[in-house]
Amino acid sequence: MNLGKYGIFIAFIAVVVILSIISPSFLTSRNLLNIVRQSSIHGVMAVGMTFVILTAGIDLSVGSVLALTGVLCASFEHSGLPVVLIVIATLGIGAFIGSVNGLIITKGKVTPFVVTLGMMSVARGLAHIYTNGQPISGFGDGFRYIGASDFLGVPVPIIIFVLTILIAAVILRDTRLGRYTYAIGGNEEAVRLSGINVDRFKITAYAISGLTAALGAIILTSRLNAGESIAGVGYELDVIASVVIGGTSLMGGRGSVWGTLIGALLIGTINNGMNLLTIPSYWQLVVKGSIIVGAALLDRLREE
Amino acid sequence: MTGEYILKMVGISKEFPGVKALENVDYDLKSGEVHAIVGENGAGKSTLVKILAGVFRADKGQIRLKGVNIDFQGTRAMIERGVSVIYQELNLVPYLSVAENIFLGREPIKNKCIRLINWDKMHTKVSEIMQLFDIDINPEARVSTLGIAHQQVVEIAKALSLQSEIIVMDEPTATLTGNEVDKLFNIIRNLKKQGVSIIYISHRLEEIGQIGDRVTVLRDGKKVLTEDVKNVTTDEIIKSMVGREIGSKYPKEDIPIGDELLKVEHLCGKGVCEDVSFNLRRGEILGIAGLVGAGRTEMVQLLFGYRKKDSGRITVNGKYIRVGKPPDAVRAGIGLIPEERRNHGLVVELSVFENATLSILDRFSFLGFVKRRRLDKLVNSVVDKMKIKTPTSRQIVKNLSGGNQQKIVLAKWFLRNCDIYIFDEPTRGIDVGGKIEIYRLIENLARNGAGIMMISSELSEVLNISDRILVMYNGKIVREFNRGKANQEDVLSYALGADRSLTQYPE
Repeated sequence: MNLGKYGIFIAFIAVVVILSIISPSFLTSRNLLNIVRQSSIHGVMAVGMTFVILTAGIDLSVGSVLALTGVLCASFEHSGLPVVLIVIATLGIGAFIGSVNGLIITKGKVTPFVVTLGMMSVARGLAHIYTNGQPISGFGDGFRYIGASDFLGVPVPIIIFVLTILIAAVILRDTRLGRYTYAIGGNEEAVRLSGINVDRFKITAYAISGLTAALGAIILTSRLNAGESIAGVGYELDVIASVVIGGTSLMGGRGSVWGTLIGALLIGTINNGMNLLTIPSYWQLVVKGSIIVGAALLDRLREE
Repeated sequence: MTGEYILKMVGISKEFPGVKALENVDYDLKSGEVHAIVGENGAGKSTLVKILAGVFRADKGQIRLKGVNIDFQGTRAMIERGVSVIYQELNLVPYLSVAENIFLGREPIKNKCIRLINWDKMHTKVSEIMQLFDIDINPEARVSTLGIAHQQVVEIAKALSLQSEIIVMDEPTATLTGNEVDKLFNIIRNLKKQGVSIIYISHRLEEIGQIGDRVTVLRDGKKVLTEDVKNVTTDEIIKSMVGREIGSKYPKEDIPIGDELLKVEHLCGKGVCEDVSFNLRRGEILGIAGLVGAGRTEMVQLLFGYRKKDSGRITVNGKYIRVGKPPDAVRAGIGLIPEERRNHGLVVELSVFENATLSILDRFSFLGFVKRRRLDKLVNSVVDKMKIKTPTSRQIVKNLSGGNQQKIVLAKWFLRNCDIYIFDEPTRGIDVGGKIEIYRLIENLARNGAGIMMISSELSEVLNISDRILVMYNGKIVREFNRGKANQEDVLSYALGADRSLTQYPE
């Protein structure tokens, strides 16, 4: 496990070193800040995904949930709701969609893969229907502040990302929810036989994933100054990759949100580096896909 | 119809860490013979079979097949030499046909280049085998559409297609109905006529009288008897299965028995448990005896809400309790220490602390936050009190011994201060010293006024630790004994199926 933790760290450093050698514009403070800011969207989503994967589940619907909650969030803004209420309502809807996933998975006993694959399509479809394919754009300064401004010189998305990581770390370490999340992924039946309502905590994990997808939506919508139903296509790839590369086992029970932080930054760095090196986006997909499978392979090897 | 010796196993010994599974066991088999092996759970039957099948290598001893010494070469080699084992859990692929299962991995092909499966050849061959042994199954039927009895026959046919001369049947009738048992016996008689030898393992002694030629009894890894079936009575077999005097291994104190704590009425669960009623009092240890598969584990799982019950009324401390899920039972003060501790009792990747506190986090948290410092103190004190041998409470459970792991499962409920503790095979796989410690812990709980239910397949354990014993057979409680009113033979004969024994063993 320690080897795994170091492994990801070494990989991260290696990528940074290589990129700063090949591309002179990589190692500038501006670009580095850029990377962290770009990472914050799939980063916050990966935090929620960490909960789900720790229970030995998966959530494929996050990209689509981001689109749906994004367009809803945009229309809330247009209807003149105060920013605080926009945020609360959007997060609530995200958590609700996640709970629907969790409910069907636990009560209906359908595998997470199928349920969230279905939700991926449903949420995307609803987003298209709601907007009729048209972006909802142009927001007031209040809402724009979330994604497109700095606080004490630090971009607000980064602050949100860091706070999300810290809150999740505390939850995972010090609360029943967190401890049960690990235990369920380690041995669900033993937890059930300890008299714990396993379903409730699994549903909560999916709700958290939905909630962080909505949080990503708020940041992205505010940043782009538009809610679009085509937003977040393929994001599940970056999100799951961040978690898996961060050393959280797809079999559940092992991993941490700190690993996810590094994983998210690594994915962000790779994205950024490939853009700097003007690698075509088609190739970027190939590279990222290979990285996910490679990380999962490493995880298997570590177990043996 | 029996001929010369086809198999001789001489002086077989096998030791696992901490357990002598087999000690100097002899066993032989003539061609065309049914030679039964009986013994209590853990007597060494399956170890012996697995050595013959090439799963384990014997530490000592010789295996001679048709007069030739056999070296250990693994399972495949033994199959090629004509030894097939039909395990209790059948190894069939449900969505393939009967013929495909029989020829799995050896499918006849039409042509060396194109390698299409030669279905006609496969089906004809299977039909031939079926005819020869008078078996009536369509080779093209999907295995999943067949009943258990027929699936077993498919396994037998597979063994025959491999030209096996020795077929081991491990509890073949455990899941069969009376009618199906008769059919199986007919097939076995046919096999004998063809010169096939059968090693027949069963708990059901009456079957051995019907189908066996000879019987060997194992006890604690040693052979205690080999005899022609017609020269030995069921009574003698039972005696040699259990006969041992080890009372001192069981510390038993007199604990005053108090008020009624638990009352179970007409508990039913489809297919596993039928109209079970009993009660449990404070300070009492209630033993539940029976064979593997008698429905004991299922019964306590119904009681605990882990399985859905169809009907039944559960009263704890005079109050009716609705048990639909484990949390309901836990809230009523019931703790379950399950049989398979690694699968059901522990999260082995987590620490002693995490496991021990799993059931009490709800009591020791505020707004969802775990009160770690108070829990730390509690866990440390319980680790001391229960003498759990671990460097620290942060140790990963996976690395501890079986006895210590079992104590951690117990600690989980002990910390919650339950009224009722249900132990399912609490000492399985634990060495003698560890067992005595577990018994002491169980008695401590009883002395502090808890009620204990203890499922155990070890008869001497049930007899020596319990204040009262319930015997289960086929999902029902068939007999109740008070302490000192039963001996091993009585309990075993009821556990083997009561009605037959009623006349043989009057009180």
